[in-house]
Amino acid sequence: MTIQRREFLAVVGGTTAAGLAGCTGMFSDGEEGSDNGEGGSGAEIDGEELVLTTTTSTHDTGLLDEVNAAFEDRFGTPVQAISQGTGAALETARSGDADVIMVHARGQEDEFLEEGHGINRRDLMFNDYIIVGPEDDPAGIEGEEDAVAAFEGIAESEEIFASRGDDSGTHTAELEIWEESGTEPGGEWYLETGQGMGDTLNQASQQGGYTLADRGTFISQQDEIELVILVQGPVEGGPEILANPYGIIAANPAVHENRNYDLGMAYIGFLTSQEGQEVIENYELDGEQLFFAEALSEDPNFGQYVPADWQPEGGEDPDGVETDDE
Amino acid sequence: MAAETLIPLFVELPFETNYITSIVRVSLYVSLIAVGLSTLFSLPVAMAVGFKQFPGKSLVTAIINTGMGFPSVVVGLVVLFGLSSGGPLGFLDLVFTPEAMIMSQFVLATPVITGVSLAAVTSVEQNVRDAAYVMGGTRLDVALVVIKEARFGIATAILAGFGRAISEVGSVLIVGGNIAYADGTSYTRNLTTAIQLEARQGRFETAMFLGAILVGIVLLVNALVTRMGGGGRAKR
Repeated sequence: MTIQRREFLAVVGGTTAAGLAGCTGMFSDGEEGSDNGEGGSGAEIDGEELVLTTTTSTHDTGLLDEVNAAFEDRFGTPVQAISQGTGAALETARSGDADVIMVHARGQEDEFLEEGHGINRRDLMFNDYIIVGPEDDPAGIEGEEDAVAAFEGIAESEEIFASRGDDSGTHTAELEIWEESGTEPGGEWYLETGQGMGDTLNQASQQGGYTLADRGTFISQQDEIELVILVQGPVEGGPEILANPYGIIAANPAVHENRNYDLGMAYIGFLTSQEGQEVIENYELDGEQLFFAEALSEDPNFGQYVPADWQPEGGEDPDGVETDDE
Repeated sequence: MAAETLIPLFVELPFETNYITSIVRVSLYVSLIAVGLSTLFSLPVAMAVGFKQFPGKSLVTAIINTGMGFPSVVVGLVVLFGLSSGGPLGFLDLVFTPEAMIMSQFVLATPVITGVSLAAVTSVEQNVRDAAYVMGGTRLDVALVVIKEARFGIATAILAGFGRAISEVGSVLIVGGNIAYADGTSYTRNLTTAIQLEARQGRFETAMFLGAILVGIVLLVNALVTRMGGGGRAKR
């Protein structure tokens, strides 16, 4: 595989470099030399690469490299993964620039499906959110069983709270908890970092503040930061509102004709297969499992394929989606 | 490549050399080509603007000078919209490729190279050009004489453009997508976007190391170009 990719780079590099030899030669003697060997063939690579937009959490935990390496081993197709917030990942796909989308905000995923941009949504895996903060816990929320009450405690004490503020899945989950609490977050204690989970954890740590984090990113980074888990999510028996389910969706080829639908479905198929689910289930960091596979069940949840509030046309049966009576 | 021989010296680095070398390769590939194209485009423009008198000349100069400070994220956004599948250049299928990064760096470097070479070219004294004409030179000959006279300024211009291109993070992050494959081989991840990513994940050592490489490359290129410009002068 590595060799193939090198060849690919060499061809791309060589082709362009050859065309531009006149202008780059003056500074680059030798620097691009290794790439100049082959070239001119203008290798047709379109359609051979899969573009995935996904969240920062799947990348920063290292899971993405693990599943993508397994996929590449199986299909020989490199995955080009772009990690953004959930909102940005879906927006990129709306512009027709992605084949597959792996995100974690059901509300935004549903909107994306309803607009016709995506099809064949599957539940992929889950982990949970946790509320983390400084060890001395000035807001006194440690051990709180209720995430909403914990947020209220932070707001009342006006201790620093770092929010993602970037329309990501984690940000969406955080706003849902604030909405439950009836507190409008704002003021000098509430910081919107506008950055990824890793940055936000760093900033919370630097400022001795609190934040809502996905467990995976927190574990992958806990050695670098001075924050501890104060409120657990459902993986460790915490409240259900802190659940963090990931879904995977293919770009709708009827809307985005240029996308590589069959390859996208191969990716979804692989990740939701026994093999792919095992890779997810077995992925550990510091001896801790980060993600819990959710795609396989003898009793499938049919709600995963459609928006959560979807009703069959003309169907009056409010339980139609659940189809419990099989 | 120099980096490949250097890295084994730092044995306990917490990352794979393939990751680092592929990032360096992408950085050089993108920025050298962008600056090369930009130079090819900028020099004729600088010559034309510098020597010709035409209405609106001061406006053109003002536009070039404004472009030198153009925010890179805005350039990134515009290039992204242009190249995105729904955009006017969507059929090229270039979004999230190194070539898209070349385009945005080209847009960023061109005003810098044009602007600084314009200043260099216009400072070549009129009597040098006159002499070249008198000696029967064609327009091309005159241009070459001017380039030769102004070579130090032009080298500075190219350096400034290269510095702008290789150290820029905002636009390449947007149009390139900061992609590396699962085995750590970079596709559109260059030094600046990698530093941003490593810092985001709290791996400050890797980020610092990449930063040192970036500074090293800029210094190296600087030294090379300065020698090219200065060396010619010393021979005279």
